[in-house]
Amino acid sequence: MLDLNQDPSLGAALRDALARWPDEICLIEADRDRENCQMTYQQFSTAALALACAIQQESFSAGDRAAIIMSNQSKWLVSAYAVFYSGGVLVPLDFKLTATEHLQLLAHCRARLLIVEYHLWRAITKMPAFKDMTVSTVLVTEAPAEADLAGACRWEEAKAAGEPAFVARQREDAACIVYSSGTGGRPKGCVLTHRNYLEQCKALMALFPFWPGVRYLSILPTNHAIDFMVGFIGPFLCGATVVHLRTLRPEFIREAFVKYRITYMSLVPLVLKNLETGLRARFAELPPRRKNMLDLLIAVNRLLTRKRPNVRLSRLLLNKVHAPFGGELRGFFVGGAFTEPATLQFFYDLGIPVANGYGLTEAGTAVTLNDLHPFRPDTVGKPLPGTEVEIRNPDPEGIGEVAVRGPTVMSHYLGDPELTAETIVDGWLMTGDLGRIDSTGHLHLFGRKKNMIVTEGGKNIYPEDIESAFEGLPVKEFCVFAANYLWPQRSSRTIVAEQLVIVLRLNPGQNFDAALRNDLAARNRRLPDFKRVSSYVIWDHDFPRTASMKVKRVILAEEIGKKLERATAVMEL
Amino acid sequence: MPTLDQTIDEILKLAANSFNVPREQLAADDDFFQKLNINSLQALELLTRLENHFTVELPDYEFQGVTSFRGLAERIQARL
Repeated sequence: MLDLNQDPSLGAALRDALARWPDEICLIEADRDRENCQMTYQQFSTAALALACAIQQESFSAGDRAAIIMSNQSKWLVSAYAVFYSGGVLVPLDFKLTATEHLQLLAHCRARLLIVEYHLWRAITKMPAFKDMTVSTVLVTEAPAEADLAGACRWEEAKAAGEPAFVARQREDAACIVYSSGTGGRPKGCVLTHRNYLEQCKALMALFPFWPGVRYLSILPTNHAIDFMVGFIGPFLCGATVVHLRTLRPEFIREAFVKYRITYMSLVPLVLKNLETGLRARFAELPPRRKNMLDLLIAVNRLLTRKRPNVRLSRLLLNKVHAPFGGELRGFFVGGAFTEPATLQFFYDLGIPVANGYGLTEAGTAVTLNDLHPFRPDTVGKPLPGTEVEIRNPDPEGIGEVAVRGPTVMSHYLGDPELTAETIVDGWLMTGDLGRIDSTGHLHLFGRKKNMIVTEGGKNIYPEDIESAFEGLPVKEFCVFAANYLWPQRSSRTIVAEQLVIVLRLNPGQNFDAALRNDLAARNRRLPDFKRVSSYVIWDHDFPRTASMKVKRVILAEEIGKKLERATAVMEL
Repeated sequence: MPTLDQTIDEILKLAANSFNVPREQLAADDDFFQKLNINSLQALELLTRLENHFTVELPDYEFQGVTSFRGLAERIQARL
């Protein structure tokens, strides 16, 4: 790995890496069983610098913001390096947001450059707000030959001859603006500095090293914080190879493991659980004698690796399990949401450790990570080197709000000093998550102090952000909450059953009838599936409001939590 | 080439069979996540079944944001 203490910025570090390993393969893009491209570090540099030259000719310069809206593919990384090389600030937007949300965030971050896939661009151009878009340069990838690009240029043609200028940035300069949540009234754009990323990379790579020859399978989009770090910055600064697979279909993931002899992969809990289900089904189909033998080998492996993983030994003992994964898999990274300890244990016992952790956008990629020495599936691991974690106002059980301080904590929220001051207090990031640190220094998470959920797919959802979908609902008033916020799960062992509920205050004499249910369901359907409310609660009192008529959410939540029982009040929609 | 309505009808039949939901409970503008009670990974399984049925390749990333049976049919029509 490069000595990251020497590099002042991501652009400089990437430039050094590309020069250091010119002949190593850095990037492979596959779509199903087809390989779209394969690039050495030298070829990657050539492609990115031609793009850098083109955007600099459009007067893109230091501190300018460039948004990327793309699924998981090689052009994402090429574009990102061109932006960093040109001194720009990258805004990785979630391609799964709606076109309206994309436009809102582009306006919020005042992006000067947009790099976007054709089908996503087409959706953006159909929105009424498109006419107000102020992005000056738009580069569209993979547009069909005859496509109307609505004033945009083709990414593939954005190449200019000559040497682009390398625009130096300092450690404290903004590297990325990452939106940690929705787009309602108050988008939360976390401004992360070059220092944040370089320090995060150093800490993560110390625990899970990459080197030339390591092949990382990328199935998460690169806008995902985990993939950005362990599927781009980390491997590139270590001379490793990233394999982008443009599909999540299990049959092609299985094929990629073997074809590319994958070393690491990141996934979200939903995909990990799916993988577990598939493996369990496969094991259950074995003839009894072979099944008994497998169970025995798994038990032996568990015994021999109880203190730390031993990948070679596990491969030897359980080669039939490891072979379909390509035989060189060293482990998975999982994050973004809560992962069941039983799932983590299942994979660990097979000799495929899963490095789970805890992180939030405001603190870079990860705050804690399970270092596997020994494996503690009941926790989210220990704080990363250089990161401090404290529990504020602990109750008698030691559970309180998790506070984080360290070099990876963001600089501020873009354009929101008030929210920044509420969130970073005396240098400590107040996470709003409830946790406890045990005697071995491992963090246990118990729930959320704040009104939000994290979906199984790793999305942060703030209920306030989705209320606009229900505007006009024929009730007196309504409010959306995370169920665990109304009925805190502090005494449970882990975070469970994260769901959104809509609290309805009906008009006098009104009943919750079929028409209202249908209206509610229809509005709910307009939201992306991961943002939908799953249930409703009928509340018999007027909502408490401020002088300016804003709902006092905290007080309302407390009242609901005290007066209603979750089991009887929450009705499935 | 089949009409859009024919394609929708075929999709609804296939979805009903695949996920054990009565065909008559499904309509063109329904949200298939909700009506079939499926998550995003099961939606990919539906795409694979549709690919096999219509003999056409349906890239995951092009179906981003599509939630209705009609939306599925429109994208499939464009590739037939």
